[in-house]
Amino acid sequence: MNVPSDRRYRDTHEWAKLEDGLVVVGITDYAQGELGDVVYVELPEVGREVEAGEAVAVIESVKTASDIYAPVSGEIVAVNEALAEHPEKVNEDPYGEGWLFKIKPKDPTELEALLDAEAYKKLLAAEG
Amino acid sequence: MKTTPLTEVHRRLGAKMVPFAGFLMPLHYGSITAEHLAVREGAGVFDVSHMGEFWIEGPEALPFLEYTTTNRAGRLKPGRAQYTMLPNDQGGVVDDAYLYRPEAGRYLLVVNAANIEKDWRHLTALAQGFEVRLEDKSDATALLALQGPKAAAILEALSGQDLSGYKKNAVFPAQVAGKKALVARTGYTGEDGFEIFLAPEDAEAVFLALVEVGAKPAGLGARDTLRLEMGYPLYGHELTDETNPRCTPFAWAVKEKAPPFYGQEAMLAADCKSRLVGLVLEQGIPREGYPVLKDGAEVGRVTSGTRSPVLKKGIALAWVEAGLAESGTALAVEVRGRAYPAVVSPLPFIRR
Repeated sequence: MNVPSDRRYRDTHEWAKLEDGLVVVGITDYAQGELGDVVYVELPEVGREVEAGEAVAVIESVKTASDIYAPVSGEIVAVNEALAEHPEKVNEDPYGEGWLFKIKPKDPTELEALLDAEAYKKLLAAEG
Repeated sequence: MKTTPLTEVHRRLGAKMVPFAGFLMPLHYGSITAEHLAVREGAGVFDVSHMGEFWIEGPEALPFLEYTTTNRAGRLKPGRAQYTMLPNDQGGVVDDAYLYRPEAGRYLLVVNAANIEKDWRHLTALAQGFEVRLEDKSDATALLALQGPKAAAILEALSGQDLSGYKKNAVFPAQVAGKKALVARTGYTGEDGFEIFLAPEDAEAVFLALVEVGAKPAGLGARDTLRLEMGYPLYGHELTDETNPRCTPFAWAVKEKAPPFYGQEAMLAADCKSRLVGLVLEQGIPREGYPVLKDGAEVGRVTSGTRSPVLKKGIALAWVEAGLAESGTALAVEVRGRAYPAVVSPLPFIRR
């Protein structure tokens, strides 16, 4: 299972990566595999204030709709507009072009409270 | 958890396995959409060995089937099959099923995996008054569904048999990849195709032979989206013990008979306060349980919904108030608190 060590993880299978002072958020390779073909992504409005752990986006696969939770608190400052036309990028490149949204974090130390790659790998191993 | 004779084959092929109706079954082998489109454009093969198979014979096999099913079993000639339902005595449905008459003296009833035990109790209880023998061969039968526009060419290649004489709903014996099979030109996808009944020990060889000549392994996920594009019911969703099939698009399978079928009076007496319809949404993906709205007020519920891989739109089957069931009626489906426009649509959703 691909779990890059350059970012942090939630136990609900989102990743969060600090880039130029913003926290980029997406779902993990494991998560996209469990969801199957992504057909629609409902993204939050830019400017919305979100709390860590709040459901802020929805990924629809052929089979089901799944909530996506904000890994950190802050303001949504960008969303991945390309997913409107190409939701399959979430499957094809979950750690890259399949990113979902960017948060301007209220408290950057919140990021450090998330799981690191090793801890997330252990979680996946436990989930079988 | 029960398995099928192909469980290990599915694992080898990389399937994501999920529990379904007490069986461990393949949901997909990588992509539901790719498997769906393979069936629409080429051919796919499904393991549906979880389905139940009841054999019915004896001097009163036909009167028994006329009594316990809603369609006209008496119209079935040897070598033919029909869609039917098992009525209860409250106007609802114990199960929907396919009835095959492979030869003059024997009938085969194929029922939903989730209902095998319930159907067996129901049918054996009603069989008391008939000179009839029932046999549950579910565990001793493997079933493959080969579906798609290329299905006939694939099966001809593997059976060495000309299949052009066998039309839709035909059932006939054949050798498939050298294995003895009962083959029916039936399916659950809306495409041409065949269902292949086999001894469990022959299932792997036939499945792999079908894959070898071009049938794509397809899982329950694609099976569900394919049936939904055709507007076919799935028991437990569109049909239940409490739903009257006369209020659904599948009312054609309920025939008024003399002598009457079990529960006929109750089923025919009920008036339909709601009707089951198809809905198409340009935006938003409807799911089971979502409210259907008219002018902001709830007028029904979605029973099955998905995004159609062919139409690339949201499609659903839903109960709506009877006065709103006409094709073209503008409604809405509530998706996460937001109302998305939905139009009552004729079935099937896609033209074949």
